[in-house]
Amino acid sequence: MNSQKLKVQQPTAPTRPGTVVEFVGVVKEFSGMRALDGFNLSLHAGECVALLGPSGSGKTTALRVLAGLESTDAGSITIDGIDVSALATSKRDMGMVFQSYSLFPHLSAGENVEFGLRMRKIKPAERRRRAAASLAMVGLDDHFDRFAHQLSGGQQQRVALARALVTEPRVLLLDEPLSALDAKVRVQLRDEIRRIQTELGITTLFVTHDQDEALAIADRVAVMRAGNIEQVGTPEELYSRPATPFIADFVGLSNRIDGLVRSAWAEVYGTSLALIDPSTPDGPVTVSIRPEDIEFAAEGLAATVVASSFLGSLRRTTVRLGDGTILFLQHGVRVHPRAGESVYVIFTGAPVSTEPVGPASVAQQQY
Amino acid sequence: MTGLTANGVAHAPSRTVRTIILGLIGVIFAVPIVAMIEFTLRAGLVGGYNVDRWVALFQSGFTGVYRPVLVALGNSVALAVGTVLIVLLLLVPTMLLVHIRFPRLRRVLEFTCILPITIPAIVLVVGLAPVYAIVARMLGSGVWTLAFAYGITVLPFAYRAIQSNLDGVDVKTLTEAARTLGAGWGRVLLWVLVPNLRRGILAGAFIVVAVVLGEFTIASLLNRVNLQTALVVVSKVDPYTAVILSLLALAFAFLLLLVIGRLGAPRTRTSRRRTNVKGQA
Repeated sequence: MNSQKLKVQQPTAPTRPGTVVEFVGVVKEFSGMRALDGFNLSLHAGECVALLGPSGSGKTTALRVLAGLESTDAGSITIDGIDVSALATSKRDMGMVFQSYSLFPHLSAGENVEFGLRMRKIKPAERRRRAAASLAMVGLDDHFDRFAHQLSGGQQQRVALARALVTEPRVLLLDEPLSALDAKVRVQLRDEIRRIQTELGITTLFVTHDQDEALAIADRVAVMRAGNIEQVGTPEELYSRPATPFIADFVGLSNRIDGLVRSAWAEVYGTSLALIDPSTPDGPVTVSIRPEDIEFAAEGLAATVVASSFLGSLRRTTVRLGDGTILFLQHGVRVHPRAGESVYVIFTGAPVSTEPVGPASVAQQQY
Repeated sequence: MTGLTANGVAHAPSRTVRTIILGLIGVIFAVPIVAMIEFTLRAGLVGGYNVDRWVALFQSGFTGVYRPVLVALGNSVALAVGTVLIVLLLLVPTMLLVHIRFPRLRRVLEFTCILPITIPAIVLVVGLAPVYAIVARMLGSGVWTLAFAYGITVLPFAYRAIQSNLDGVDVKTLTEAARTLGAGWGRVLLWVLVPNLRRGILAGAFIVVAVVLGEFTIASLLNRVNLQTALVVVSKVDPYTAVILSLLALAFAFLLLLVIGRLGAPRTRTSRRRTNVKGQA
């Protein structure tokens, strides 16, 4: 792709002042199963919020009820303070990019982009000009006459993005738009979506199950579980201060180790670690420690290397402690432990979350 | 030639094999038509051939006993148009509605549409006769009312043709994309779905026209005149001319289908060649 060319291009679709979107107590059931269970979320003007969650957590349903593609069973959705729950999809003024390729196969890329303008009865000359400008914004100005089958997957999603933005919608909805693309194109397009979104200042809801994507693209990430939001915050907050062990586990890798809390300190394998939340009650807990917060050292906990994988800019090593506990470590690529090698590890960072364990689990504690 | 590669995957037959297959099928189709032409050219008991009967038919300007055939042809064409309209206005929207909004009803719809093929025409007529008594009271006994019955008999063919196209298009996503872009249901149907289902709808229309032009049993048993019933009447008087008329009807149907095919052909404004898009984002 012509990425150099893209960097110098300015967005051509005029900017609208960002729109505020609010979900209040939204409930949606599918044959008795609650996909959204009193869902609350606010999108500030011009902000990009990523809805992140495992499949079946209700994230796509949340986006679809905002688009009007699904009705709500209870609760309200307001756009700039006006309830749109009963408004038809075609009247909601949303731009949407779908997970599956959704270009109209019988129309060229340019005509696809013009479609929304035709629906709004814009004159042909104006339509063509705006469609061309929108295609230029996604770096495909020379693909106006191509049909979907003549475009690669990444190009099709770019055209879909241009098509969604050309009508200057109030809200941009992205329903896992990158999941059908290969890794390299995915990262390229992800960065480009972020660039365009920031430049246009359009309020955006981005649904994904890929945590890297969510953390990279969003101003705030809302992690969903069982039809509701478990935590919403900036990517940094989510990573460094996950509200629950589920978040700690879902956003980034973490080691779950048994420990004991005593006056705002957690004791893990004889090491005292400061807790982020000093109000954590004393007692046995399971702590989540990030792999970068465990390091190799000259002395410490004895462990045996199980495996080590090279991940480009870093290396992830799995070790087994004497009691059989498995730990992941993340470290520089210059350190290259071999499988079977005896090493020592130490905990260097605070646990990102703690979870009290019940009496049943206490009995299984290894110290 | 096995037609299979070493790992058992079928590959396209060679040019020679294709030519042989096409040639054989061509012969199978041509034999009856050539036989019919030969029959119309026979010069009675003395042997030899001439074009007297063809000349006589055209010189008479299809008057006399042949006149009803022209009228019947008109009836059949009108019935074909009516039946196609029923399919387009009733079946296509129903199928789309079921596909998009009520996917659970798909099996029911499929079963209902396929059902007529399992019922012999003669049985169908037994059921249709009392229904048509009511239809005649309400709408008169015009030939066009047969289109209702034909609308049922063509269901299996039209359904299959349209469904196979429907399965190949992501109707749900295209519909949702159009709706988010501001299209109401009417525009979604006319501007997005129909153009993308053109091939299936056209194939369905082809089959409907062919079935209606060839239909005899229902028309005959319900005492309506269409092309086939008229040909039978003529054949009792003059079998030679009846065959000439059959040949002309065949040519007419062929031309009609050709015209429909042309009208529905996709726009040819861009090249269909696939461009190399590998490696492009």
